[in-house]
Amino acid sequence: MVVNEADTERAAWERGSTVRVVEPVRPRKLAKVPFVELAEGRLQGVVSSGSDPARVYVASIAARTHGFGCSTNNNRPCGGLGARPCKHLRALADEAVLQYGVDRVARYLHAEVGAEGDLLAGLAGGREAAPAAAVFSRFLRHLAYLELPDQRAPIPELHWFPAPEAVR
Amino acid sequence: MLGVQLTELRAAEPAGAAAALDLAAGLDDALGDGLARLGAERLAALTDLAGAFAATPLGPALAEAVEKIAAGSVTDEHLATLAGARTALFGAVHDAGLAALDTALGRARAEWAGPATAEPAAAGPLAGCRSWLRELAIAGWRGVGRDLVSAVDQTVEALLADPAHRRLAVLVDGLAAELRAASPVAALESLPARRWADLWSRALLLAQGGGPPADAEPVSGRLLILGADAHEHGTAVQVQVHAVLEPAGGAPPRLVRTAVGAGKVDTITGPAVWRLLQHHPKLLTALAERRALEITELPLLPGGDLLWDEERATAAEPVDPFATARVLLPRAVAAPVPPLDRHPVLIAEPVLIEGYRSDGTTLELDGATLEIDPRRLPACGPLTPQLVRSSTACVGLLRREGDRWLLQPLALQATVKRKPVEAHSGDWALGVTDPKIAKAEARAGDPVTVLRERAGRLLRK
Repeated sequence: MVVNEADTERAAWERGSTVRVVEPVRPRKLAKVPFVELAEGRLQGVVSSGSDPARVYVASIAARTHGFGCSTNNNRPCGGLGARPCKHLRALADEAVLQYGVDRVARYLHAEVGAEGDLLAGLAGGREAAPAAAVFSRFLRHLAYLELPDQRAPIPELHWFPAPEAVR
Repeated sequence: MLGVQLTELRAAEPAGAAAALDLAAGLDDALGDGLARLGAERLAALTDLAGAFAATPLGPALAEAVEKIAAGSVTDEHLATLAGARTALFGAVHDAGLAALDTALGRARAEWAGPATAEPAAAGPLAGCRSWLRELAIAGWRGVGRDLVSAVDQTVEALLADPAHRRLAVLVDGLAAELRAASPVAALESLPARRWADLWSRALLLAQGGGPPADAEPVSGRLLILGADAHEHGTAVQVQVHAVLEPAGGAPPRLVRTAVGAGKVDTITGPAVWRLLQHHPKLLTALAERRALEITELPLLPGGDLLWDEERATAAEPVDPFATARVLLPRAVAAPVPPLDRHPVLIAEPVLIEGYRSDGTTLELDGATLEIDPRRLPACGPLTPQLVRSSTACVGLLRREGDRWLLQPLALQATVKRKPVEAHSGDWALGVTDPKIAKAEARAGDPVTVLRERAGRLLRK
């Protein structure tokens, strides 16, 4: 029987119990952009205001159409947003590239990335209304995981999820 | 573990295990296509599965479930029966593997004396969870898209809100994150069929309603740590410490575990996860400083899990985990495995292996070889393939994947630049001790503090 490497790999993927399905995100500084996700057909996230610690901006870029938007968590439009993305959107895109790698972000957005690796330069969309409230509530849901009470009993199911190894 | 024991273990490949896993694969493939659109081949596989169980207590129920599903009626009860059958297959494979391991090691294991029955199904979030799992089974993994994944969000929130459902919540959240990342699944070339079916079946069984809480036995004595095993997905982290308990009063030593865990987010990973466990300073100190712990009346579950409680523990003198493994591990009595935890993935048996040579991916001892588990040298600790390569002694966990045994190192003794070095998986419990990595961590800032500040300001309490 001839066994080639691709078949072996495919068998290991299909019949392995602990294969990795989600690539772990890469560590990055969270102070400026505490939340970035590729979800609901958008690159979306939350950018902390530089001046007011109680204010955050909700920024998003839609996959395929590349329409973008930015507003405060109280739904006021971002003053810096015009026909081109504002600094919050730029920060969102930069941090998304750090977190997921440029390939994964570009693939999700269906975007072409130029030789310089500038994600925003390859986007053709314009300003459009963005679901700021929904994204902000996803951020709050995200933060709520840190407020969960400590786990008291063992969770055997987590043996299916080995802690990710280092990229060294 | 000696070379001859390793040879014996590798020779003791249980008969029938491959056939059992093939039967399960038939169901796994059916779950890929979806029970609503079973082709002739998938249907034949399910019928084979039912046939294999014909002589067992599950036989009649399984035959009926397969017949009804083939006719297009997919109820919770039918699915629970299918998940039960699959779980029984993996249970048998688990038992054969663990028995071979115990025989090779000469390890004594206590008899299971805990409860075996479950209570009837409860309503509320469990029903919501069962209904999502049914939708998944009907649509099949290939039918999963964004909407079907998002449909479970509210159920996960409700499950997380009740500590009694934490186990199911963490499992379902982990599965949903994988399906979300893979959506639309139809675009995948091939599916992680066994993995998703594992997670689906376990979720379905847990969602039948918890069995009665197992009776815990209070134990006291000296807890001698062997090492720490870290588990993590986007929103959960758990560190499970393997140890030998020397009971007060001089009873034989017992092999035990204790797990602590916390909720987290995907951007907190690597060494930063220890910061989420800081409510357990004594346990973390014992790991980082390689100390024993004195425990008083700590509840021990029948499956060998201590329910950790800082109030009932004090850090004691430094103890070398290699000494513990050398002196106490051969005599320690292992705990029996709770019925639902009989799955090969849950085999994680502490062993000591010395005097081997390694190339970083396998090790060789007296002509016998053992693979290093490449997925279990986590970033939250100092163990690396490079260190494995220069090591000659290891305290680790023997694990099972498919028909292979794998070694997960928990502690290594190695020679680096002609100097002896020793590293343990829990060395960084109180902070990274490797200056290079500590510097990189410091540059990235502390994600836990940043997000807690954001949570404090934005989550109006």
